[in-house]
Amino acid sequence: MKKILALVMALCMVFALCACGQTAAPAESAAPAEESAAPAEESAAPAAPAEKVKIGMVTDVGGVNDKSFNQTSWEGLQALDPEVFEVNYLESKTDADYQTNINTFVDEGYDLIICVGFMLADATREAAEANPDQLFAIIDDATIDLPNVACLMFAQEQASYLVGLVAGSVTESKTVGYVQGMVSDSMNLFGIGYITGVLETCPDATVLQYNANAFGDIAGGSTAAKDMITKGADVIYHAAGGTGIGVISACDEEGIWAIGVDTDQAPLAPDHVLTSAMKRVDVAAQDISKAVAEGNFTAGIHMYDLSNGGVDLAPTRDHIPAEVIEVVEAAKTAIINGEKSVPTSVGDCPEFTLDD
Amino acid sequence: MDKKKSIWTIISETRIIHILLSILLGFVVGAFFLVVMGLDVGAAYGRLISSVTSVKGFSYVVVYGIPYIMTGLSVAFSFRTGIFNIGAEGQFVVGAMAAACIGILLPNLPPVVLIPLCFIGSMLAGAIWGIVVGFLKNKWGINEVLSMIMFNWIAFYLSNFIAGIPAIHSDGTAEATKNISANASTLLSKDLISQLGLCPTANWGIFVALVMTVIVWLVIEKTTLGYRLKAVGANKFAAEYGGINVNRSILTALAISGALAGLGGALHLMGMGGRISIFSSQEGFGFAGIVAALIGCSHPFGVFFAGLFYGALTYGGSKLNLVGAPTQLINVIVGTVVLFIAISVVFERLKYVQFKKKPKPAAAQNVKEGTDK
Repeated sequence: MKKILALVMALCMVFALCACGQTAAPAESAAPAEESAAPAEESAAPAAPAEKVKIGMVTDVGGVNDKSFNQTSWEGLQALDPEVFEVNYLESKTDADYQTNINTFVDEGYDLIICVGFMLADATREAAEANPDQLFAIIDDATIDLPNVACLMFAQEQASYLVGLVAGSVTESKTVGYVQGMVSDSMNLFGIGYITGVLETCPDATVLQYNANAFGDIAGGSTAAKDMITKGADVIYHAAGGTGIGVISACDEEGIWAIGVDTDQAPLAPDHVLTSAMKRVDVAAQDISKAVAEGNFTAGIHMYDLSNGGVDLAPTRDHIPAEVIEVVEAAKTAIINGEKSVPTSVGDCPEFTLDD
Repeated sequence: MDKKKSIWTIISETRIIHILLSILLGFVVGAFFLVVMGLDVGAAYGRLISSVTSVKGFSYVVVYGIPYIMTGLSVAFSFRTGIFNIGAEGQFVVGAMAAACIGILLPNLPPVVLIPLCFIGSMLAGAIWGIVVGFLKNKWGINEVLSMIMFNWIAFYLSNFIAGIPAIHSDGTAEATKNISANASTLLSKDLISQLGLCPTANWGIFVALVMTVIVWLVIEKTTLGYRLKAVGANKFAAEYGGINVNRSILTALAISGALAGLGGALHLMGMGGRISIFSSQEGFGFAGIVAALIGCSHPFGVFFAGLFYGALTYGGSKLNLVGAPTQLINVIVGTVVLFIAISVVFERLKYVQFKKKPKPAAAQNVKEGTDK
């Protein structure tokens, strides 16, 4: 009995000790935390003439280190002038987190909330309807037609078309591969652009196509790529997020060319990533943030394409022969000048078969 | 004296002190990492606490805690029968999908019919997911842990497949199911939410979770069924010798366990998500349930509070970014807590071993003395 009592007493003391070191800190800081958050802004305020513009970014379930959209957007926001902007992000782990995260930023009084990815479309629409005074921007979705929402869209078919031209030019086996993350109208644009490009530079090419139906299945992407390689593919393009990381690693192992997407994916396999179809999500995120800071936010669709530098080949092009670059540059100019257009519907590209 | 003693024994039996200490140590280790990273511990923990202590924040905690409580109960229940239900993840997913299908395909039923129907459907789906694993174990001796992990993936892809069926798939561009009918929603009315200042997803699912907690406790502690299951969990062979049908007990335990996880899926869907997205990775509610069961010592009421605790960490942790601390801090804390709880079990065992050893030399001496004489 005494022993137990002594033990309990000892534990109580340990508790009290820890409680002093621990709970006391938060208890104190519960109030100061709010204050300290505020002074942090206020103390900076005297330096900057006006209050900082607060930009909040909500990721999709990929998280902020997805080596793709979320990461690029976040890097873009971080590159903004810290004197003018205060940027923060919230990560979503499940579909149900989107609304919570958006509401957190709304409650915190952020000036602009950037929602990354079309997966957040419904949550964004709901929040935008409930908070008509709050400004939103959504990346890669064009379905929200509200006066407080800007839709940042990318001409993904143009970027895919350019890498298609490259793939068609460098293929020796006249067989190229394509892995897509999901079948939807927006995702299909990647395939349509790519196939159009390939067939333009190599009319009798075979394009092996595969729908992974997942954006996070690295093993599945690797299997699909190896299957294509067995069938003779020597260039594989992917539009499949994390699944594509498997595609690239398989290409790296087997020693054939891979083409990345969204960001410059050359660092994943420097010797075997030919180039990447880049969407300048970072540019888009910066543009809309600056627009909010300058007070000229416009709702509706903002289209980023070749003409405004919103899409392009990745800067890493060391593996592409010079004459192919010329072809690509010529095509780019033609598209920018309006002499040429890339199809945007499945009907215009019968070779695209994933939609069947 | 007797009463006092019983309080001490209760405390030592339920291991409340172990758990609280482990949680505390979890936060200490978390603080250590914050210091190493050069971040402000006070600001991070202050944020964590302030974001869950307001009325709105606490309602978020409750909403986030519901699925953890249910999967926690599921895992805890099967633990008592000696089965490690790592398949709660899959059972949760099929339960949610069953409720989603009912909620989408029968939108016009009145709530009084539709909501119970969703609950029953989800429990059935979860129970079937559990029973199949139990059947494989009983019939061919396939290790349940192995088949459960595989069944998690079957559930994962089945859910993605069903979400892709035109009748279920969203009409818009979203890669998700349609929203379930408003009649199937467990959300509180908008007026009530704004009156009480709750979060927009406040729902009455927590009361279902509470009722299930009590029921699970009653079943485990007060029924023959619970006694049988516990007996199987304590010693399978002794139970069999005592005339208990072990195979049937395992099936029953897995069915009930699966039903609980399935119901968790339904409660989460009907209260919070309203739809199921096409998964790109496992959402981890079942795995979180294992943590909740561990922290709650596999006791239903313990699990209830552990679920809320985990909900608080999840919700509060999601806001850590706002003060510059990484959200992953939560994983560090939870991981440490689990580690210390596991270690405390080891210490108990050690104590046990010591007690066993002590009498031996004494006995040997006695024998020696005896022979000398």
